[in-house]
Amino acid sequence: MIPYLLHRLASAVATLLLASLVVFAVLEILPGDPARLMLGLNASPEAIETLRTQMGLDQPVVVRYLEWLYGMVTGDFGRSLTYSSPVIDLVEERLAVSLPLALMALTLSTIIAIPVGVFAAARRGRPADTVAMGLAQFGVAIPNFWFALLLVYVFAVGFRLVPAGGFPGWGETWSSHGQAFQALVLPAVSLALPQAAILARVTRSAVVEVMGEDFIRTARAKGLPQRIVLWRHALRNALIPVLTIMGLQFAFLLAGTIIIENVFYLPGLGRLIFQAISQRDLIVVQGVVMLLVASVILINLMVDICYAVVDPRLRDGR
Amino acid sequence: MRMFARLVGAAAMLAVSASAALSSRTDLVLGVVLEPPHLDPTAGAAAAIDEIVYANIYEGLTRIGPGGDILPALAEDWDISDDGRTYTFKLRGGVKFHDGTVFDAADVKFSLERAMAEDSTNAQKVLFSAIDSIEVLDPVSLKITLKQPQGSFLYNMAWGDAVIVAPESADGNKEKPIGTGPFKFENWARGSSVTIVKNADYWGEPAGLDRAEFRFIPDAAAAVTALLSGDVQAFPNLQAGDALAQIEADLRFKVVIGATEGETILAINNGKKPFDDLKIRQAISHAVNRDEVILGATNGYGVPIGSHFSPANPAYVDLTATYPYDVERAKALLAEAGYPDGFSATLKLPPPPYARLGGEIIASQLREVGINLEIVPMEWAQWLEQVFTNKDYDLTIISHTEPDDINIYARDDYYFDYKSPEFKAVMTELDATADPEKRKELYSQAQRIIADDAANVFLFQLPKIGVWDAKIEGMWENMPIQANDLTSAHWVD
Repeated sequence: MIPYLLHRLASAVATLLLASLVVFAVLEILPGDPARLMLGLNASPEAIETLRTQMGLDQPVVVRYLEWLYGMVTGDFGRSLTYSSPVIDLVEERLAVSLPLALMALTLSTIIAIPVGVFAAARRGRPADTVAMGLAQFGVAIPNFWFALLLVYVFAVGFRLVPAGGFPGWGETWSSHGQAFQALVLPAVSLALPQAAILARVTRSAVVEVMGEDFIRTARAKGLPQRIVLWRHALRNALIPVLTIMGLQFAFLLAGTIIIENVFYLPGLGRLIFQAISQRDLIVVQGVVMLLVASVILINLMVDICYAVVDPRLRDGR
Repeated sequence: MRMFARLVGAAAMLAVSASAALSSRTDLVLGVVLEPPHLDPTAGAAAAIDEIVYANIYEGLTRIGPGGDILPALAEDWDISDDGRTYTFKLRGGVKFHDGTVFDAADVKFSLERAMAEDSTNAQKVLFSAIDSIEVLDPVSLKITLKQPQGSFLYNMAWGDAVIVAPESADGNKEKPIGTGPFKFENWARGSSVTIVKNADYWGEPAGLDRAEFRFIPDAAAAVTALLSGDVQAFPNLQAGDALAQIEADLRFKVVIGATEGETILAINNGKKPFDDLKIRQAISHAVNRDEVILGATNGYGVPIGSHFSPANPAYVDLTATYPYDVERAKALLAEAGYPDGFSATLKLPPPPYARLGGEIIASQLREVGINLEIVPMEWAQWLEQVFTNKDYDLTIISHTEPDDINIYARDDYYFDYKSPEFKAVMTELDATADPEKRKELYSQAQRIIADDAANVFLFQLPKIGVWDAKIEGMWENMPIQANDLTSAHWVD
């Protein structure tokens, strides 16, 4: 297990380094001068030049890359050009929305998807399977921003049960925690639906495949009830593809939810990157993308460890 | 049973909101499209900054009122010398900044000198270019001497870029703005909202609201649902599009169509072939049907303009008939210029809907006379780089939102590359003239010169579509300067 982990760690560092080079290079060739963007149409050239010097944009490319790299190694991700506050603080603020939201959506989608998938697999080819998979198909096909708007019209505009959008912050008291939680309910539901649909389909096909294996026949032959065969033997062996998909989904939910964040005007990570790109706040884009690369690598590593947990054969490090 | 519980809950909620409506509210949530990068209007051009802080948090010597007029603010009164070069301001006494420090003439001197300084990043340094020296006479009197008379000086001092800040707090204004206005900054939840609260120690008429929150809602559909659900009670400028009809029909809301200072133009690269030929530019002007563009790009709410000047300005001259829509005339002009079969060009469009929608209409109109436009949509950063900075374009559509900005046609090397010694002479004279009647005359000359030269195709004044709860009063109808002044906003029963 240890050499296996060391090997993974080395490849993670190499991936990070490569990603940093790509991110920096791409942003370098992107047109648009941050100083000009900040000062607007009628700004005088002198004011723009002054600002460029203040922001350190007049330094050579290589120097800026190395300084940035050195900063990250020492835990300093730099300061935002537009917000003039440390990138790490901005990320922390946004994670307070994005992380709970991603967890809520993932939990919700798992709670829905796994039983539906197993249920459909057990009734493979029968009407219940067709209906469940038809619904899943529907869930994949519905654009989530449309579904989100629908939820808003029904539950926020119609019943006025939850706010139509925005995020009040977690606050100090229980009631403000409650309000923050309420603000995340509709976004979490709209994010969970398509994820659940995909996960249900994956679960079903994985379980169906396992159901054809010899050990299932053995389990049945020794007289285990269908429930035990399905949940203990089939699902557990079908979990690897399911975990893989869940890992990918979590990474997506963390930063790829810009559309849903826009519909609910939530201050999440996706919007931070989007805003930073359009304002050419390169320091923020670079820093956040690198943090995301790191978190995706970490999630994959955790998924790998989970493989080993569900499948003892993988523990030997092959 | 569950359904019953939900009904009870809904009824309880209705009861709550009904009882709340009985007493006047003192809080307000406003929706704005863009989040400002920071909150210091003296260190950035972003309109989003002024839309929160102008007149609410910060004040200048003078200010712009709802009708576009210049009103006294921190300067109670002033005296202009006969040669128009010396302004003696009498300042208000007993004014305090939000952190408790006392406001006096030294703060004014500090603020203006800070904005003019070599290393200043004030985006509108030109506002202060006429100032020669600033002299503090006593704590409430100040003498400003100009290099030459400048008719627009009091107007310049009313801009958000010229607000008065305190030396004690100026450096922190980006994060925690400290001004003298009727509202104090309370909190900025990044990505979400900025909250301001009433300043109990305000020198003037106290604000009618205890608390106001500016919430950032970039998405138009989200803005509409936020309004309908009651989360947000006012949108000073709503990008509602098709949903506006639905809101207008709803008695809970007031829809107020006003004017902005945003002259929207089809900008022409005057320095590039074939657009350097007056006949070509005239042909393009004749080929554009302004009314169709206004209908398509602004739902018909834009006000037609014939030059780079706001119809709300007293010196406005209606020049919309200079080059009326006339396809035959346009074709004839093209032929005279040596392009009987027309030509091809690009039309680069920035992201706002007025540009994207207007661009498609204009492209189809110009096709009628044989000019084939290739539409190139681009994002802001790209547009600023290619079109605005490098002049790498043929045609583009853009709204110039700064107030009173006809002088950009006198700038060398500006992006539309317009060169007219005659226009420059008028601007120089205008700059040195303080007499209102004479200024008006010069303004009308300036409008005529660029209209006759067909420097750009002048399309329309961008409308301000204000939507707010019908029980709110005191919001601005027009937008003579980029601001959401809440000093007189209040709820009525």
